[in-house]
Amino acid sequence: MTPTVLSGRARRLGDDVDTDTIIQSRRKRETLDPAELRHYLLETHDPGFAASVQHGDILVAGRNFGCGSAMEVAATVVLGAGIRAVVAESFSRTYFRNAINNGLLPVTCDTGGILEGAELEIVLDDPVRVRMLATGEERLAEPLPPIMLAILEAGGLVPYFRRHGDFQLPA
Amino acid sequence: MSAGKTISEKILSAKSATDARAGDLVVAAVDAVLGTDASGPMAIDYFRQMGGEELFDPARVIFALDHYAPAPTAASAVLLDITRDFCRRTGALIYEVGEGIGHQLIVEKGHARPGGLVVGADSHAVTYGALNAFATGIGSSDLAAAMISGRIWLRVPESIRVSFSGALMPGVQAKDIALHLCGRLGADGAAYKALEFDGPGAAALDLEERLVVANMAVEMGAKNGIFATDAETEGYLAGRADGPFDGVVADADAVYVGELALALGALVPQVARPHLVDNVVDITETLGQPVDMVYLGTCTGGRAGDFRQARDVLKAGGGPASGVRLVVTPASASVERELTEDGTFADLQAMGAILQMPGCGSCCGTCGVGLGDGERVISTANRNFKGRMGNPKAAIFLASPLTCAASAVAGRIADPRQVSS
Repeated sequence: MTPTVLSGRARRLGDDVDTDTIIQSRRKRETLDPAELRHYLLETHDPGFAASVQHGDILVAGRNFGCGSAMEVAATVVLGAGIRAVVAESFSRTYFRNAINNGLLPVTCDTGGILEGAELEIVLDDPVRVRMLATGEERLAEPLPPIMLAILEAGGLVPYFRRHGDFQLPA
Repeated sequence: MSAGKTISEKILSAKSATDARAGDLVVAAVDAVLGTDASGPMAIDYFRQMGGEELFDPARVIFALDHYAPAPTAASAVLLDITRDFCRRTGALIYEVGEGIGHQLIVEKGHARPGGLVVGADSHAVTYGALNAFATGIGSSDLAAAMISGRIWLRVPESIRVSFSGALMPGVQAKDIALHLCGRLGADGAAYKALEFDGPGAAALDLEERLVVANMAVEMGAKNGIFATDAETEGYLAGRADGPFDGVVADADAVYVGELALALGALVPQVARPHLVDNVVDITETLGQPVDMVYLGTCTGGRAGDFRQARDVLKAGGGPASGVRLVVTPASASVERELTEDGTFADLQAMGAILQMPGCGSCCGTCGVGLGDGERVISTANRNFKGRMGNPKAAIFLASPLTCAASAVAGRIADPRQVSS
């Protein structure tokens, strides 16, 4: 079977992008709707960022993406903006969990040399591969723990829980 | 013969009824879960979408209305009502607006106990590790799943043993330990791992000091930070714990992924400069930076001892310098009562302090006193990200209560060791 491929443009960020930078805490007191919040995505990083996002864009970051608060809107706002994957050298654990639980794909791999605007393909194979179209170079992602794969394959924690009614560790 | 276990391995083994080792995935039973007015409404939405009807145990599902305390807008008042309504219908325990920061309430009211597992939909849930509980932050969806099942899946973390020796010098506080560790380990230096605080210097810290150190474990990326249990823990919990408990200590032959030693006597006051928590220097490297506001409060630095010590420095120095706004926010209503009764808040107010309702608002910019463009604050909080207090054009320095108080007196960042109190 041919693996699914996510194609998109790299939107380059640095190290230690914290959740308050992804979405300011004060924004979520007005609405929790990702379709509204997306207008404020990464506003303290770049006020023009949200307007520049195209459907299918891929966030590419350095180390410790999503550090700080555990707030889940920091994951749902990214999906709300039409971004389906974040590729980073490492993630904070709460961000990683929140991403998986909402069906946002977190890909952990070397992101050195991936520049703003680079055309990428994320091949959902085992292991996941990130391909840079300009050079054909591929980066291998760290594997996900089996329970996270199961949650992601179910489409997030809501459908997973509706199906199982509890957490089940794959044998 | 297999090797011994760390505190975290022991607690997660007990809670999952398995022989859990670092790296294992477990499904563990929680003793309590916390949601806030910020994370609660999303969790309630996920709960319904998951088909949730009843809570696994209403007495162990706790909500604290602390981020919008008081509600600054009509929309945030609606968020409070969503959480109130859910608690009314399901029987979940609720702490109302003004009762305090959820993390302080979990500790004060005895909901976190030695050997327990507590998860909270707020990253500073790691605070309860001071009480020898395995405590970690989660998002709203994991909270919803735990509210239904009473369970959570976790990867058992490797532990870094942080050994403290000696004692802090006058003018140096637990906050300086936490900031120093942030600087030394970096913002992701303990990512996915447990920090196990150990050694004679850890045993000598009182419970309020341990809370400060555990609270900031997450600023190093840690899953949890945990202290052993001892007479200090038991003394604090006497008459407080909401159930029996069995403290957990590490085995002598437990396996650690890293070891870190800190001689407390050699530590000097620390400051985290804008805009990262690990941008930490000795205070001598950042003296003299002017400040517009001094903030005393939060789940890191909002307890009774913090305000008393700050008051002493402020009094000795003749109060805040002209033009410096001093903002005081107790972590809970009981802290507020205690400091009202003993005159600490009257002293602070007589020196011009603005006293706010207990809560999280100013620290994360959700309500309360804020900062203007280009302003600088020195704060007892735990985070200094750009925009954290609500204005991305402001700069946040983090320090101990004593350093904040000394800086209020000087109107610029000042060394508390230079002020006699």
